[in-house]
Amino acid sequence: MNSTSSRPLQTIVLTIIIIGILAIALSGYLTPLTRFILRPFVGIQTFVSSRYQALQDFITSPRDMATLREKNLQYEAEIARLQSQIIELQEQIADTKVLSALLDFAQANPEHEYTAGTVIAYDTSPFLRYVIINRGSDNGLRRGMPVVTHQGLIGRIAAVSPSAARVQLITDPGSKVNVRLQPSQVEAMLNGSVTGDINIDQIPQDAAVNPGDLVLTSGLGGNFPGNILIGQVSGVRRRDYDLFQSASVQPVADFSKLKIVLVITNFNPVDVTPLIPTPGTP
Amino acid sequence: MTNIPTRFSLRRAITPATAPFTHTFTMATLIAIPIFGAIVLFQSSIASRIHLLYGTADLVLLTIVAWTIHPRVQTGWQWSLIGGIFSSFTTALPFGVVLASYLGTTGITLLIRKRIWQVPLLAMLLATFLGTILIHGLSMLALWFEGTRMPVLESINLIILPSLLLNLLIAFPVYILIGDLADWVYPKEIEA
Repeated sequence: MNSTSSRPLQTIVLTIIIIGILAIALSGYLTPLTRFILRPFVGIQTFVSSRYQALQDFITSPRDMATLREKNLQYEAEIARLQSQIIELQEQIADTKVLSALLDFAQANPEHEYTAGTVIAYDTSPFLRYVIINRGSDNGLRRGMPVVTHQGLIGRIAAVSPSAARVQLITDPGSKVNVRLQPSQVEAMLNGSVTGDINIDQIPQDAAVNPGDLVLTSGLGGNFPGNILIGQVSGVRRRDYDLFQSASVQPVADFSKLKIVLVITNFNPVDVTPLIPTPGTP
Repeated sequence: MTNIPTRFSLRRAITPATAPFTHTFTMATLIAIPIFGAIVLFQSSIASRIHLLYGTADLVLLTIVAWTIHPRVQTGWQWSLIGGIFSSFTTALPFGVVLASYLGTTGITLLIRKRIWQVPLLAMLLATFLGTILIHGLSMLALWFEGTRMPVLESINLIILPSLLLNLLIAFPVYILIGDLADWVYPKEIEA
């Protein structure tokens, strides 16, 4: 009987105690006690957690390294790809600049028709100055057609195959171009040499030729159209006992960096050889 | 030790005993086509732009000399013929000049091989020297006949001597590379 009546009382007392503790806790009076009790636990928890993290890092790090190495390789491959792309784009920009300049040249000289070609090889003999371009008779090129860049004359086609053509540069020792000097209007002959320098011979002694004079094709001889710029006179050699003066010429075209050239396709060279009188011919 | 025929003849080539020789002979000749194709491409697009003064190295000449100088090589003439034909397409020199120069160089190299066979590197340098002089001499002669003005002293100082120096310098690596190729094509026979 007693035990039956005391159970509700115990429950009520416990409830009151719990409510009381909750009230004390909520009111903040238990905070110092809680802090005092939890501090060692937090310290231990931190220590255990950090050691566990270190252990986990130690165990999983080789896998991470492998992943990192793999990613590194991927990034390196990506960098290499991008770098090659940059180089390719820079090449394209350079080509575009050259093509733009060639277009300007073509627009400035609308009387000619042009076919563009890329220089693909140089003559293997060190005595000769020839280049091979990737356009040939299939593209309408013929022997003797003049070849220019946006800067000026560089040579003429010496031989053609269906898909390529060999261009004799004006610097070749066998090259001869009839030229006119400006402003003096003197006509003379421009010759190449084994060193790649170009010189003008057979300038009359009384002609007034000065460094800086422009050198243009004269059109005489029928090998080249007239008024194509070749270069500037850089020095004049004049000796009183010589029949003619001679001059060295600085070409406007950079022959060491030939890349894209224009072939003048509507110019037909004239062979004047039969018209030149030979000794013994009436 | 198997006897290797020193001179090629059709009758010997078709006999069963000389079948390995025929096979090697054919392969050694055919292998020259892609090799000279690649060398001529490299020569015309890159090596011709690398100058020492105005001289350039002649890789085809060096390859022919290095191949012919090898003691077991039997196909020197074929290689010079193939190399000469390939080179002739990339130069404006008259067609026969380059071919004749390379054939002449092969003849000189074979003569040197017989006489200085114990010092192949020295033989290589000597053959390179004489071959370079021969090809440049013939080139000058051909251009002179064509009416091109060639100042001799200037040509020697600015083209022939620098080319000679370049050829002699490059002769060493070419000798090693082509020597390895020759060893692969003509393996040394081991006595049982």
